[in-house]
Amino acid sequence: MPRIAIIERKCTGCGDCAAVCPFSAIDMNEGKADINSGCRVCGICLKVCPQNAIIRLETRTKSVDKSLWRDILVFCEQSEGHLHPVSLELVGKARELAKVCGFKVNALLIGQGCEKPLENLRHYGLSDIHVFDDLELGYYRAEAYAACAEEVIKSLRPSVVLVGATALGRSLAPRLSTRFHTGLTADCTRLEMRVNSDLVQIRPAFGGNIMAQIVTPNTRPQFATVRYKVMDTPQREETASGRVVRHGLPKKVSDCKVRLTKRRHVEKTANISDAEILVVGGRGLKSENDLQYVKELARLLKGEYAVSRPLVEKGWETNARQIGLSGRTVRPKLIITCGVSGAIQFTACMNAADRIVAINSDPNAPIFSVAHVGIVGDLYRVLPQLIEELKEKREKDAV
Amino acid sequence: MDIFVCIKQVPATSKVEVDEETGALKRWGVKSKMNPYDLYALETALRLREETGGRVVVGTMGPPQAQAIIKEAYMMGADEGYLFSDKRLGGADVLATSYTLSQAIRRIGDFDLVLCGKQTTDGDTAQVGPAIAEHMGIPHAVWVSEIRPCEGGIEAEQQLQEVIETVFLPFPCLVTVEQDIHTPRLPSMKKQRETKDRKVTVFGLDVFLDTDEEHYGLSGSPTQVERIFPPDSDQMHEMITDGDLAGQLHLMLRKWKFI
Repeated sequence: MPRIAIIERKCTGCGDCAAVCPFSAIDMNEGKADINSGCRVCGICLKVCPQNAIIRLETRTKSVDKSLWRDILVFCEQSEGHLHPVSLELVGKARELAKVCGFKVNALLIGQGCEKPLENLRHYGLSDIHVFDDLELGYYRAEAYAACAEEVIKSLRPSVVLVGATALGRSLAPRLSTRFHTGLTADCTRLEMRVNSDLVQIRPAFGGNIMAQIVTPNTRPQFATVRYKVMDTPQREETASGRVVRHGLPKKVSDCKVRLTKRRHVEKTANISDAEILVVGGRGLKSENDLQYVKELARLLKGEYAVSRPLVEKGWETNARQIGLSGRTVRPKLIITCGVSGAIQFTACMNAADRIVAINSDPNAPIFSVAHVGIVGDLYRVLPQLIEELKEKREKDAV
Repeated sequence: MDIFVCIKQVPATSKVEVDEETGALKRWGVKSKMNPYDLYALETALRLREETGGRVVVGTMGPPQAQAIIKEAYMMGADEGYLFSDKRLGGADVLATSYTLSQAIRRIGDFDLVLCGKQTTDGDTAQVGPAIAEHMGIPHAVWVSEIRPCEGGIEAEQQLQEVIETVFLPFPCLVTVEQDIHTPRLPSMKKQRETKDRKVTVFGLDVFLDTDEEHYGLSGSPTQVERIFPPDSDQMHEMITDGDLAGQLHLMLRKWKFI
């Protein structure tokens, strides 16, 4: 990579370069300009320096020395002393990937009151667990969390960083990948490792119908986010292993001007990610009122109901009940989709269900390619009849 | 409050073609619209302007025809619009896209607040907003469902997994908004007449502070699409097309012991 350097004897410390730098990558130290790690080698400073004291040093190869970046770092999200289950799924996947290159898997835990999740993590075959536990980290601030992660990434130089594609993870990961000027692949559904340590990242892409296989061949670390319930949870080991490495609060955290003013819990609504039985309504529903069939069937099966994206866009339901890349990923024992066409963003987030039943009037709907049982028919005939039959049975059972 | 809103033109249908060689989206010949999630960001900006004064500037990176969504933003009430259009900007991933937008925003002026929709409907990554904030060195909050202006900044409610945290963000800052923040207004015919001569400023990377084309588009993108393939659909399955459909499903649910 080319880089920017200051010719110290020419520098008068005027600060013109620091003022124009778009990345705040120039610090003034003892009357001289100093390039820090934020430098993107944009060269803007070269043009403004009145002394011509700044030069661009060219190097021929654009490629990174991959042998300098080893191991896998998993960001383990926790909230109020509870480890997010996606963290363990990522640790399990990371261990599989690490075997290919003889890598170790390390974890990063950030927050306040991390003892319980830390103890839990020690049973999953990790090498080192890096912990930042501080009052200042008791609520989420992207800059503060990024400052902690930056410190660990700089010292460990991991080849791969895995982050859960949760609300928090999707805020933190791009901040970090950008800071290290490297690639980020969001919402991967499959990950594989090559012997040269290139991570093969597979995700549904471009509005449906296709999967994209993505690599980050010339930069490190390789950042990827993965959704909850896409990977398998590994077996917990009886004995605790994993060295705990505690870190103090980085200075950058106290510089962070974002402040918490209020914190409240989201009212516990039914969580479709945890439901064992799901009935899903899609675009085939003609009116908002018709969602009642979906809700009623879910109630009779003692499950939850969910929707596909078009219904959320119409405002019939909230995002919390949406299955899909822009909603939730689910892995129930049974899922019955009603009038859902089955775009890849939807199917990628439910195709791990044990039993998939699809009801759709269009025999060519893509949903049928993932369904175990496809029912080609009008949901307005199938659902009311099924609901009636289930109700009758219930009444009989009651007698 | 001076607000910059990032908007994007996306295909109006989900059936789009992909260039097998570069993995980039072929935008030609497909009907387009403004990314629906950006409408919420624009609505939020317009309301903040009504409350605090200032201006609302919209900008998009895209081909020349993306001017259409700037015009649409004018019809909703945006004051100024910019299109960053340059062949060398094409094929950009998260890093290159966010870098381009951060360069463009700097070029246009100083803003108190940068607003983005929570994600686009085509790329679907939801990662460009936070990445812009990092390039600009400003704080950000995502999945925000309420913004209140206050002294020197804003209060933003950000939705995390189980909690909603309200944080104070000092100016300048970047926020991506949830779709329940406000219902977007419809484009108005009156505004369309009023703004029909308002121009859209178009520029390419030659006017950016950083003009090194290696930092933009495909060459500035660390990720590479190696291969595109159809999703697996080789699962065993049974199709029921006639007879008593509900009855057969009922029997099956019973056989699987769900009832």
